Amino acid sequence: MKQERIGVYVCHCGSNIAGTVDVGQLSSWAADALEKRGVVVARDYKFMCSSLGQELIKSDIVELSLTRVVVAACSPHLHEKTFRTACQQAGLNPYLMEMVSLREHVAWVHSDKALATQKAKALISGAVERVALHEPLDPISVPIEATTLVVGAGISGIQAALEIADAGQKVVLVEREPSIGGHMAQLDKTFPTLDCSACILTPKMVTVGSHPNINLLTWSEVEAVDGFVGQFTVTIRKKARYVREDVCTGCGICMEKCPSKLIDQVYEAGLGYRSAIYRPFPQAIPKYPVIDKANCIYFQRGKCKACQLFCPTTPNAIDFEQEDQILQLTVGNIILATGYDLFDARRIPQYGYGRLANVFSSLEFERLCNAAGPTEGKILLRDGVSQPESVGIIHCVGSRDRNYNNYCSAICCMQSLKFAHLVKERTGAKVTNFYIDIRTPYKDYDEFYQHVLQEKVEFVRGRVAEVTDAARRPGEEGKLIIQVEDTFIGKQRRIPVDMVILSAGIEPRHDSKEVSRKFGISCNGSGFFTELHPKLDPVATMSKGIFIAGCAQGPKDIPASVVQGAAAAARVLGTIQQKSLDLEPVLAQVIDQKCSGCRICSNLCPFNAIGFDLERQISTINPALCQGCGTCVSACPSHAISGTQFSTEQILAQLHGLLAESFNGNGARTQSPAFSQAELV
Amino acid sequence: METLNAEQLNFEPVVVGFTCNWCSYRAADLAGMSRAKYPANIRLVRFMCSGRLDPVFIMKALKGGADGVLITGCHPGECHYLEQNYKALKRFKLLRRMLSQFGYEPERVQLVWASAAEGTYLAHQISRVVEEIRALGPLHRASDTPSFELIGDAQLQEATV
Repeated sequence: MKQERIGVYVCHCGSNIAGTVDVGQLSSWAADALEKRGVVVARDYKFMCSSLGQELIKSDIVELSLTRVVVAACSPHLHEKTFRTACQQAGLNPYLMEMVSLREHVAWVHSDKALATQKAKALISGAVERVALHEPLDPISVPIEATTLVVGAGISGIQAALEIADAGQKVVLVEREPSIGGHMAQLDKTFPTLDCSACILTPKMVTVGSHPNINLLTWSEVEAVDGFVGQFTVTIRKKARYVREDVCTGCGICMEKCPSKLIDQVYEAGLGYRSAIYRPFPQAIPKYPVIDKANCIYFQRGKCKACQLFCPTTPNAIDFEQEDQILQLTVGNIILATGYDLFDARRIPQYGYGRLANVFSSLEFERLCNAAGPTEGKILLRDGVSQPESVGIIHCVGSRDRNYNNYCSAICCMQSLKFAHLVKERTGAKVTNFYIDIRTPYKDYDEFYQHVLQEKVEFVRGRVAEVTDAARRPGEEGKLIIQVEDTFIGKQRRIPVDMVILSAGIEPRHDSKEVSRKFGISCNGSGFFTELHPKLDPVATMSKGIFIAGCAQGPKDIPASVVQGAAAAARVLGTIQQKSLDLEPVLAQVIDQKCSGCRICSNLCPFNAIGFDLERQISTINPALCQGCGTCVSACPSHAISGTQFSTEQILAQLHGLLAESFNGNGARTQSPAFSQAELV
Repeated sequence: METLNAEQLNFEPVVVGFTCNWCSYRAADLAGMSRAKYPANIRLVRFMCSGRLDPVFIMKALKGGADGVLITGCHPGECHYLEQNYKALKRFKLLRRMLSQFGYEPERVQLVWASAAEGTYLAHQISRVVEEIRALGPLHRASDTPSFELIGDAQLQEATV
């Protein structure tokens, strides 16, 4: 084996590293003690990442014919790219460089200079042994298909789709429900400006519906996702509408004539009715209705066809024979904007939702306020006649509560303040808010709070214990009594009201974990999709080419959802512009001669990258699907799978270097470890 | 905890920590950024995923001079590679059983899940593990385990699949 010529570069990082680690000693030690392992030069410098520091490495590569480089500086997550590029510029393959995290993993976490320097030596020794076994690699270049898939057509998905389409690129927008619009389409007013939700959303929806670059697939769901960034193959089920989109004019006669009326649990939140053939709301995009098979008299009993009979178009737009269509599309990037589910307040039985008639959920109240809703915008009690004279609004229902969700749902404070204002404005009722903390950050939010305070809305600080209809005192008969500890006066209070609104929190979609598995991204403990970096990369995910936006990523209000939708679109447009993308060459490869065909590896791969060659009776790995986790490498009983950048030999060499150096100067140890170079392979 | 004798007090254990690129290595980065302190006895090695952790690495580390090994990875359900940390968990559990069969204290090999946001938590856990291994005392390899040499890689791996 030819001896590598290794250069070791120790960074001071000002005093960040040099303050805790004896960098001078480290570099002279490396030049001296590691000489027999191939180190030909070791230097320390104030800032290795500066252009002068990089120049130092580059000139050494050229003048001393270095074949490997070890940079002991900060975390590779920060500057690996910098030093790889420097190596490349000097003509050395970038993957022949290894970084040691002296700053994050040594200097910043230890205080004893001697021990820290000792540890730094061990780490550098490990890196030197490892880098000697590195192989020159090339990044994997993949072409980017220009079409983008956006899943979920709420406000965030709509924004993302429009940004991309307006930039001249094709978008496939998939929505599970019959119409786009999402939760925003159900709202009445939006805080803090109180502009009408439909008025600002509908124009965007119309643009989406008619945009030449948007292929809108409503009443459709993504069934499967294969492939990788640039070349995803998605399978989409376009559910049968039983209405021909090519002929339907959207006149709505079928919906009027349909004899099957049922409670609309989705759009009207259980407060209104719809027919079995329906369009969720008048401004729905697309305008075509859909037949709800489970409630259609024809589909259930074989007779009726009223919709077909009354349909005025020729040919008839109703087609009972329609079947689900399976579409296969190739897309380069995917944006997931699958939204949220409202916390089901029935899970807190002591608040009486679903048991006490006049306890409303926030979404129900939105429908009550909405001029197009079941009461035409009148705030009425469940009897549909009487106006409430007093209203209690309970904040943080299902949020900031260790029994349900620990997190803050972000919208409830402002939403509750908006409700308080709307009740005051429309009924003049006495309004009491029950809160833990009022959280009104962002532009004009606190001003809105101050405005509501001036409207003589009352605020009681304390988590509500119970909502009950059991009257105990005079004046409580026929009312709902809110039992609460007022933490400002330190006393229990019973406050009788006519109506209770539960400001329910935001939860991840019930199937968010299933969706995350389908798309190969991860979720946090609650079920919200995990972003690549919480601050610096909030819309990318750990799977390249898959982006997230809106409440699917975490609770947020409309402005924030729009911002994220646009941000995700910008990221996608960026990759489309590049036309191809370089991926890190971390891959598993089968060594054909060693594979016995046992197939132990096949079941370990969650990306289905491992196939089986029946003819040769060996496993094969599809490099396009392999994500490089290395689980199969460590499981193969024949050592027939090798992992680039993380091979067994490289890791064992690193361990050897690490441990060999851990004993020098360690007083407690006399015995040298039994770990010889011969055992490494 | 029992009181430490003089030898244990002077003893500086060497602990090898295996981290995954996405969660626990980033947690260690964050521990640094938050200046959370932990003992210098740990030496971290980076993998892409805890699923890459071949039990052979752990045995080699123990044999090669480490007094203990700390395995870290993403929390269950948060694995960058979807579910590979569960495979690491399986291997860990089996390996621990084998360790006691060999006469090693199973506590010499420990597992901690840490997300990229849990820097301080990881620092606490590292401190705890180092102290626990310090209390166990040095791992005397040569005299205690003559049978160790018989365990080849192939057998180890077969047992852990």
